[in-house]
Amino acid sequence: MVDRIVMEVSRYRPEVETEPVLEAFEVPLTREWAVLDGLNYIKDQLDGTLSFRWSCRMGICGSCGMTINGDPKLGCATFLVDYLPGPVRVEPMRNFPVIRDLVVDLSDFMAKLPTVKPWIIREDELPVGDGEYLQTPAEMDEYQKFSMCINCMLCYSACPVYALDPGFLGPAAIALGQRYNLDSRDEGAADRRDVLAAPEGAWACTLVGECTTACPKGVDPAGAIQRYKLTAATQSVKELLFPRGAR
Amino acid sequence: MTTPVRAYRHPIPRTWWARRRSYRLFMLREISCVFVAWFVVYVLLLVHAIGSGSDSYDQFLDFSANPLVVALNVVTLIFILLHAVTWFGSAPRAIVVHLRGRRVPESAVLAGHYAAWLVVSAIVAWLVLS
Amino acid sequence: MSATAPRRRSPEPYLWLLFSAGGMAAALVLPVLVLLFGVAFPLGLLDAPDYAHLLAVVGNPLTKLVLFGVCALALIHWAHRFRFTLEHGLQVGRFDRVISVCCYGAAVVVSAVAAWVLLSA
Repeated sequence: MVDRIVMEVSRYRPEVETEPVLEAFEVPLTREWAVLDGLNYIKDQLDGTLSFRWSCRMGICGSCGMTINGDPKLGCATFLVDYLPGPVRVEPMRNFPVIRDLVVDLSDFMAKLPTVKPWIIREDELPVGDGEYLQTPAEMDEYQKFSMCINCMLCYSACPVYALDPGFLGPAAIALGQRYNLDSRDEGAADRRDVLAAPEGAWACTLVGECTTACPKGVDPAGAIQRYKLTAATQSVKELLFPRGAR
Repeated sequence: MTTPVRAYRHPIPRTWWARRRSYRLFMLREISCVFVAWFVVYVLLLVHAIGSGSDSYDQFLDFSANPLVVALNVVTLIFILLHAVTWFGSAPRAIVVHLRGRRVPESAVLAGHYAAWLVVSAIVAWLVLS
Repeated sequence: MSATAPRRRSPEPYLWLLFSAGGMAAALVLPVLVLLFGVAFPLGLLDAPDYAHLLAVVGNPLTKLVLFGVCALALIHWAHRFRFTLEHGLQVGRFDRVISVCCYGAAVVVSAVAAWVLLSA
């Protein structure tokens, strides 16, 4: 089996360059090596200045999102053998400002996430002594898919609406809002509505569906957004027709 | 943290929608709405012709048989089918129904849409052809 | 958190609902109509219905109502989708106000024409 592959890695050093350049590195590969392993080889053996984020290397921390041969993927979940004979082009995640090499600025998402209030909201909390909130498997099924989000941002990287309009709330934020809206323990759907049902929220989405394709954890943010559009729209109509009756 | 001043922002190319197969398919689906609008106009022309007398109707039939018009309508048929198939395909994710405490499976919602399509088409065809 | 705090009313939910209704109407009703009146009759694959029959069908008030509903909704569907397609495809989102007025306005105007055509048929 071929045991080497060329990786073309996007480099951006703001003190030196005005825009990113691709730099080629030849790395060894085995059947098990992921793009992340290749990057770590480069950093350890070839060029210690290469900058990239990573942590768990097993697809749960969400740190190593990048653009590999044009597709948004996790570096740890993408295997070099699949790109033979190469070269593999590794670039930072799209649609985010690039700070350096493969490191992007995520402050936009970090600011948006708390606005959807991604926590259980209740009128009154059960006293701890009364025990747990009980939830049937069917109730958990309602939101379980949306709870799998690891905040890797690949969905934002894939979404053309976010690319064109960074004011868009975005797939992960809306899916996380839905995760709580659909949780039987939560009573806060009305509190999330101003943000989720804003023009820059769910309504800016045109169901391209790329977010769901890109998601490594099967969250289906496109489905979450579609479902929310129907819920929010019917709610708006109810409020229009029965201003007092609807909650 | 605030975005560093020298962070690089990729410009979005004008033809961003042509650069990935999935974006191209998305754009085709969106463009189908133009053919929907065209056919609404065509139907209105047909109804107007019917309302204006038998001669107008014959003129409309001649118009509709013009090769350019036929070609346009063949393309329209393709796009409207694309619209219908993608529309029904996305409905199960938006329409979540619970019956007797259980969630209706997505396949059932999808099948329901196709069944409705069949029924409506049959009714319209019968109305027109009988 | 008060759920009755005044919210800046956005037309987006209603526009989306109309767009959805239009998409559903277009998907259910238009394919067979295109097949018949756009392809089958003009190409002679099927005999075109005779004038008297179509006049009777179109003369029925229920037909007029249903046709108007389908046409109006399908036009709003076009307007909503076309608005976003223009703004995303050509990157002219900053002109959303103008584009929206033109698109939804055109849909309303043609729907009014549809009403007139159907009523006078």
